[in-house]
Amino acid sequence: MDPQLVLVQGLNGVQLGVMLFLMAAGLTLVFGIMNLVNLAHGSLYMVGAYLAAAFQEWTGSFLLAVLLALPATALVGIVAEVLVLRALYRRDHMDQVLATFGMILFFNEIVRIVWGKTSRYMALPAALEGQVEILRGVGYPTYRLAIIAVGIAVAVFLYVLISHTRVGMLIRAGASNRTMVGALGVNIALLYTLVFGLGAALAGLAGLMAGPTLAIESGMGDPILILTFVVIVIGGIGSVRGAFVAALVVGLADTMGRALLPSLLRTLVGPQAANQAGPALASMLIYVLMAAVLAFRPEGLFPARTG
Amino acid sequence: MGARLRTGGIAAALVFLALVPAGAHLLDAPFYLKLVGRIMIWAMAALSLNLILGYGGMVSLGHAAFLGVGVYAVGILGAHGAHSGFIQWPVAVLASALAAAAIGAVSLRTSGVYFIMITLAFAQMLYFLGVSLKVYGGDDGMTLSARSQFGGLVDLDHPAALYYLIFALFVAFHYLGHRLVNSRFGLVLQGIRSNERRMRALGFPTFRYKLLAFVLSGVACGIAGVLLVNFTKYVSPAFMHWTRSGEIMVMVILGGMGSVVGPALGAALFLLLEEALSGYTASWPVIFGPVLILLVLFARGGIAGLLPAPRGAPRG
Repeated sequence: MDPQLVLVQGLNGVQLGVMLFLMAAGLTLVFGIMNLVNLAHGSLYMVGAYLAAAFQEWTGSFLLAVLLALPATALVGIVAEVLVLRALYRRDHMDQVLATFGMILFFNEIVRIVWGKTSRYMALPAALEGQVEILRGVGYPTYRLAIIAVGIAVAVFLYVLISHTRVGMLIRAGASNRTMVGALGVNIALLYTLVFGLGAALAGLAGLMAGPTLAIESGMGDPILILTFVVIVIGGIGSVRGAFVAALVVGLADTMGRALLPSLLRTLVGPQAANQAGPALASMLIYVLMAAVLAFRPEGLFPARTG
Repeated sequence: MGARLRTGGIAAALVFLALVPAGAHLLDAPFYLKLVGRIMIWAMAALSLNLILGYGGMVSLGHAAFLGVGVYAVGILGAHGAHSGFIQWPVAVLASALAAAAIGAVSLRTSGVYFIMITLAFAQMLYFLGVSLKVYGGDDGMTLSARSQFGGLVDLDHPAALYYLIFALFVAFHYLGHRLVNSRFGLVLQGIRSNERRMRALGFPTFRYKLLAFVLSGVACGIAGVLLVNFTKYVSPAFMHWTRSGEIMVMVILGGMGSVVGPALGAALFLLLEEALSGYTASWPVIFGPVLILLVLFARGGIAGLLPAPRGAPRG
């Protein structure tokens, strides 16, 4: 196997992993604390990408677009929380699935109405456009390295926020016993809204970082939402640490599987069968991984409620 | 009184459904024949989901996978020249039973939100399998070369014959569903939904009951898939996309869970609403989405919750 290929694909896997982590952290917090299944989390990712593209067109600056799109996405999330989701916390999961499914339909269509049916693209600032030589003769896009750096920075920020601040303490307390936290005089409704806004901002961050690497279009949040579910199921719902580990595992497994599985199969079963089965197996790999994890650990790798 | 009203309503619905082909012929509007046929097929898929969702308390968000298994079983056999329904249909039943047994055996180890997500993930896995099957159309899907053939017994290319086959299975599904949920098996299943630990303490092997319900539900949905592919003459991974699973679930909840006729009412409401709104504006989801949210927030229990309940039935 070509070591350069493995290195480049490994970095691609880490990049997908940190994107998934940004999505999973918000989703797993919202679930762990508010007991809410939010299918519309992928819509916030999409809204983040669209808003960033719109702000970039307006201001002409990538940095300004990022700085404006983040709070704007958080605001969209907070409005959705206050208008709809707040009423769902005490409902069963099925009502939550149904209502947030309705939100997906709404968001996917509203972006078509506001920004048109055709895909939009974002330009990169010149500083992030080129390649960096990571090994002699092996280039890697600067922007992708920047995504990895931002993702790791956010992970550190979340660790500090959750483990070493008062808000984080309340978040952890809320996850283990909501009623008790409320009884101790904490404004639990405000805490929920804040956490939801944080999750929305993280999803928006993932979306706007993905913006320049792919077409921004209606429904772009749906595929990553499913991958995020796989991540938080493997990681253990409610656990940010689990989400981080699982996001990297899923990101690496998916990327490496797609890159290496077809060539691996070619040596095992011959080119024709490999061309048929390779892509199919590669796209199914992470789901097989999830089934395997759940077969041994039905609560995921880091079950939040027991420790 | 309520029970009589209910029986009357069901009899009226059956007469109406039986007369649709004649009416469509008289009005020269084959569109209505197709619309009602489509509603009945999705109603069967919704009914199958309701068995595990409404009666078993298993919130599966990946039910369209079994629809897809039925669709692809017919499509793949057809692509290799096996057009006989006597081969296609049993293979489809067997394939959906195997898929449901495998998916159920892993998924049912979990519960609650894990179950929702793992069923969703398995459905996506089959969706991507369909996308990667380039020989059978891949992402774009492929046209079915011929509908299932039953050696001259029924000619599915005749719209009315296809309609009555769908109608017959639709009625049979509801009759069997009614018998099943009121049988000992159905009562055990509802007991598990209410309190699984107590049922286990009473000595019921709850995992086996749930798995059997999951497999029955998967097979029923696979048969709906067989009808769907014969109806549309088209094989596509889009039938397995997770939004399809979401739509089936919406139908069940709209109609009212834990009621035999609920899913059919929900399917009819969903598809008619979609039809009406899409005739009014191309951006119909922007209205339909908020309508869904309002229904969840303010109309609990679905349509069936508004109807008179059968004697002794618990209100969900």
